[in-house]
Amino acid sequence: MSDLLEGALQAFWLVFGRDPVLIEISLRSLRVTLTALLVACVIALPLGAYLAVRRFRLRRYVIAVLNALMGLPPVVVGLIVYVFLSRSGPLGVLGLLFTPTAMIIAQVIIIVPLIASIAHQALRELWSDYHDLLISMNASQGQRIRALLWDGRRALLTAALAGFGRGIGEVGAIMVVGGNIDHLTRVLTTAIALETGKGEFALALALGFILIAIAIGVNLAIHMLSGTEREGRW
Amino acid sequence: MSNLFPLSVEGALTRRRGRVLVGPVDLKLDPTGTTMVIGPNGAGKTSLLRMLHGIARLGAGRINWACEEHEAQRHQAFVFQQPVMMRRTVQDNLAYPLRLSGVKRAEARDRAAVWAGKVGLGAMLTRQATVLSGGERQKLAIARALIRDPELLFLDEPCSSLDGRATREIEEILHGVAEVGTRIIMSTHDMGQARRLGTEVAFLLHGKVHEFAAADTFFPAPATAQARAFLNGDIVE
Ligand SMILES: Nc1ncnc2c1ncn2[C@@H]1O[C@H](COP(=O)(O)OP(=O)(O)OP(=O)(O)O)[C@@H](O)[C@H]1O
Ligand SMILES: [Mg+2]
Repeated sequence: MSDLLEGALQAFWLVFGRDPVLIEISLRSLRVTLTALLVACVIALPLGAYLAVRRFRLRRYVIAVLNALMGLPPVVVGLIVYVFLSRSGPLGVLGLLFTPTAMIIAQVIIIVPLIASIAHQALRELWSDYHDLLISMNASQGQRIRALLWDGRRALLTAALAGFGRGIGEVGAIMVVGGNIDHLTRVLTTAIALETGKGEFALALALGFILIAIAIGVNLAIHMLSGTEREGRW
Repeated sequence: MSNLFPLSVEGALTRRRGRVLVGPVDLKLDPTGTTMVIGPNGAGKTSLLRMLHGIARLGAGRINWACEEHEAQRHQAFVFQQPVMMRRTVQDNLAYPLRLSGVKRAEARDRAAVWAGKVGLGAMLTRQATVLSGGERQKLAIARALIRDPELLFLDEPCSSLDGRATREIEEILHGVAEVGTRIIMSTHDMGQARRLGTEVAFLLHGKVHEFAAADTFFPAPATAQARAFLNGDIVE
């Protein structure tokens, strides 16, 4: 119990003392996850829409695989990315291992299935609404997908936020491919793991509180930004 | 006058899970006029319109347009029995078909505003279409169907939720577009409307076109007992 209290206090001092290390790793956390989120959305949202609109033979299997990949343990993703990026691996020449880019790659792989699945779920419902109308209007495949993405944007925002949540709190994969190197690849979650390992519970907790605060802050900010153009309940 | 017609339908039918919804249907439709599709609930009116429009797959038979099928598809519009509201504003719903065919945003929105005015939705341009009342939805759907100047317009009970005045207004619009050569095929349960707008009548029963005749012969003297019973409001066997 005293650890919690001390952690809260220490978090307070870290934040209000504008601790430079804290700021550095917090910003890195945000940068890595937001970049991964952006890339993942560019892949996953159209994929979700495509799966909703298009009936092809392997569709069920793609969806089943996506759903299965949602539960993929991050550390396994990390290992696979590690193997690919390691010096002797197929992409070793790029020299990406133990860089933020490697962490971004791993996070993209982790959150794409999640975002695509949620997006597909939501857009499938919208498509069953729109199906007759858009076909009647002779909308092309691309136009159908664009209509779904635009009109389903609230649901897609939820999908993106779920992806952000999974990314920002993820530790297994980025630990493996990033290496938790001070001033280079250390982020909030890996720092927490490190401090916990050293027995610095209060500091670890403090970082944890800050992580939670950032996650909540980003969610609120995005909801408020998107709320300005809202009318009606969807 | 429409380039899609004359239309000849030969033995066309649609199935759903092995059950025939409508057909086989044989019809010849001329380039002008308004065809009224009438019949009791479940007779297959909606199914027939959807089949002709091409959104219900043909299980058998042929639908022969006077032009390429792809070309024919581009010049049709359909107002559904349950209008589909896109999750956007009234104005953006109306502008959408124009945007699909490449009209610039500003022009599409201007034309949308004009059409909103024509159907009495002028004061609701910025309202979300999903919160409209049933009647307002139907008006929106009709305007959205007409905005691309279709050569052929399908309407599936377009006035079922409209009050008397709105019905008259819509009928006037339909009359106007029919006058400039838009071919209309519509279903209705309102026999007054069928008489006012129809030039020919397809009376459907049990998924078949039971009687097909010019309006001015059908209404005074239907050829079959079933059509007579239907017009009298009796139970149709
Ligand atoms: N998707 C479907 N699956 C199964 N049966 C269907 C489907 N659509 C229509 N039917 C059936 O086909 C028959 C004809 O339906 P349809 O909607 O064409 O009738 P309708 O003449 O338009 O009736 P209403 O006046 O009630 O609108 C009905 O018995 C209906 O239950
Ligand atoms: Mg019907």
